Amino acid sequence: MDAPDQQPRVGVDDWVAQHEDRVDQKTGLAGLRRRLGGYIPPPVQLALFTLLAATLPFWMDRGDLFAYGIFTLLYILLGLGLNVVVGYAGLLDLGYVAFFGIGAYSYALLSSDHYGIHWPALATIPLVMVGTALVGLLLGLTSRRLLGDYLAIVTLFFGQAFVVFVNAVNPIVHGQGLTGGPNGVADIDPLRFFGYELTTRKQQYLLLLGAVVVVLTALHFLSESRTGRAWRALREDPLAAGAMSIPVHRLKLMAFAIGSAIAGLAGCIFATVLTAVSPGNFGLPILITIYAIVILGGIGSLTGVVLGAIVINVSFQFLAPENPQSNARVLFYGVLVLLLLLTVRPRWVGAALVGAVLAFGIATQAIVEALAPSWTGGSIVQGGRLGGVIGDWAVIPSGHGNFGNVAYVALVVAVIVVTRLHGWWQTAALVPTVYLAAIVWETSFVEQPAVARWILFGALLIGLMTVRPQGLLGTPRVEIV
Amino acid sequence: VELPLAFNDQLFIQLTVNGVTLGSLYALIALGYTMVYGILKLLNFAHGDVYMVGAFIGYGVLSGLGGPLSPDLALAPLILLMFLAAMLGSGLLGVAIERFAYRPLRDAPRLAPLITALGVSFFLQNSVLLLFGAQFRTYNSFVLGSPTPELFEPGPLIDPVFKIRGVNIQLIQLMVLLVTVALCVVLTLFVARTRVGKAMRATAYDREGAMMMGIDVDRVIASTFFISSVLAGAAGVMFGLLFSQVFHFMGFLAGLKGFTAAVVGGIGSIPGAMLGGLLVGLTEAYASGYLGGRWGDLTVFGVLILVLLVRPSGLLGSKAIQKV
Repeated sequence: MDAPDQQPRVGVDDWVAQHEDRVDQKTGLAGLRRRLGGYIPPPVQLALFTLLAATLPFWMDRGDLFAYGIFTLLYILLGLGLNVVVGYAGLLDLGYVAFFGIGAYSYALLSSDHYGIHWPALATIPLVMVGTALVGLLLGLTSRRLLGDYLAIVTLFFGQAFVVFVNAVNPIVHGQGLTGGPNGVADIDPLRFFGYELTTRKQQYLLLLGAVVVVLTALHFLSESRTGRAWRALREDPLAAGAMSIPVHRLKLMAFAIGSAIAGLAGCIFATVLTAVSPGNFGLPILITIYAIVILGGIGSLTGVVLGAIVINVSFQFLAPENPQSNARVLFYGVLVLLLLLTVRPRWVGAALVGAVLAFGIATQAIVEALAPSWTGGSIVQGGRLGGVIGDWAVIPSGHGNFGNVAYVALVVAVIVVTRLHGWWQTAALVPTVYLAAIVWETSFVEQPAVARWILFGALLIGLMTVRPQGLLGTPRVEIV
Repeated sequence: VELPLAFNDQLFIQLTVNGVTLGSLYALIALGYTMVYGILKLLNFAHGDVYMVGAFIGYGVLSGLGGPLSPDLALAPLILLMFLAAMLGSGLLGVAIERFAYRPLRDAPRLAPLITALGVSFFLQNSVLLLFGAQFRTYNSFVLGSPTPELFEPGPLIDPVFKIRGVNIQLIQLMVLLVTVALCVVLTLFVARTRVGKAMRATAYDREGAMMMGIDVDRVIASTFFISSVLAGAAGVMFGLLFSQVFHFMGFLAGLKGFTAAVVGGIGSIPGAMLGGLLVGLTEAYASGYLGGRWGDLTVFGVLILVLLVRPSGLLGSKAIQKV
């Protein structure tokens, strides 16, 4: 709990307290983050990011570059666009992913055999961006009458309507569906500039990196400009902003148009990199992923979007079904141990907890082994070195079909119990809970990593929001009553 | 009595019957959205998934008691038990969701609880996917209560009991309608007549004021979540009985439509939610019947956007006046 001197004092609101906080140099991770985020000037941050990112193609193989490099950059681009609408202007746009889809589909239709149109990329991409910006403007028009939640609903339906449209409601043109129905459009041309084709993953990655850097720079200047300040004013209080003669409606439309144009650009690149688009690519999961990226990093922060995209995509690829499960296992246990070490205060309690969990596991394993050997007879899926050790530590039964499900339900209950306890009781209850988490991972999650990642993802969103509603790098709202 | 020509159409009457049944389900879901929104000004995106969990609890009870082919109980107590378990289970789930995902964020910016709601929705959906798998689970109401279940003969639950001018009305459809009407009546009386209902209305009107009058707002909010989730659980079981199959993704679209119903009727208004539910159900039934199944969803969304643009506060909603 908070020490007495950390509690808010009379006459000192959150904002003042935060400033005082920032003045005293913080040690540890929080201080490091502040020093990194606060004291490195943005151009240096950008240069560092670009340099590091540009080395990626030289030491990653083709598949890794695709999964880790290209997808992270795509997520960054999408996050940046959403950040304009949600982060800067504070408009809750739940149909954002439809613009991504419209961009991808437009590019696909204009440069594939579907209609036999093959425009050069230099013409298609600007055209698609203008097109998506116009659609964004149209959707933004509803924000004139609809505020807050209602805007969220209408945009959500817009996004759903897009998916339904390309999937099922397809007017027949030239003897084939306008958008190819559930199968989508395949065999999309690679990007072609001045007769030079970008076909290898390395070329695509570098082009994408260029696009990200350009968008990042433009958005940085935009957010520091008059428009950016006006957006933030609008986000904090639309009524007050209007009273200060800020053109509220025009700014909302601008935010929609710019966000959609960036999504359209991301869509074009997505289509050419994958060489095929289908309705399934633009559903709710991707929308939630983009939101998670923007929120994890901190709403309204460009650095935050980049970090959020890296964290989310890398952990996603680790948990991807085609990835060897030993990788996912390393990530899982690593994060578990890190969480214990970093979040439990004082630090030595965290370290002691890790030790206690290990000891608890060994003891439980020994007891169960003595009582009923069949309950520990199970084997680890795709072990690896870590897996071998875990197999002797965690209780993994063989031939008890429903054990994984029971353990999962028990884990959910245990987590709920832990959050309801306080003080030493909580610390003590953490030990079996963490051990149970390991068992659930080995018996249930490891077989369905794709499902497990969404479960962890949902839990992460809930946990992060309740602990830090403003995200990792975001600034908390200044509430003046 | 001869009906006017347009209404004599067999297809039209059949679609109306289907639409009213579907609309009852949407109305029950919409009531949950509307009550929570009225009291917290929060869009509970996880509500559709509570409904889905309710359907799965009903399935669990059914398969736990021997399955539809050879149930251990007689038909009436079995269905009653399914309803009770699903309603109680969903109700408790709703209370837990409120406690862990929404209460810590009650004074946070509006975006934060919306995001946790998406998180809860994802968590529930994928938990059910993990526990039950991706395949459809069947209630098999076709077999339930049939005289010869081994032959998969239609049972009394599904047997057309009324034939009006060639229109089939199933017993289960009548049951859905009756249960919905009963729940709506009970809910209306509860909110209008009881102490807790009065406290709910007071909290919805002015939370701080209610707190100062000695109302335990936390408890009122928890009971609101309980009631709205109970309704969703009942709707989930009825979906299973009506369409015979439940799956982990069913909550998303149903939630979206229940939500549409709440918004069309005017979010925050209880009679509005019932009206909106009927409207959405009928729209969907007519659009799928006359234009083809794939148009159903799109028409519903289109109607919603139109209603919102013309009447931003819905059909029965009161106009929100913003005070500064």
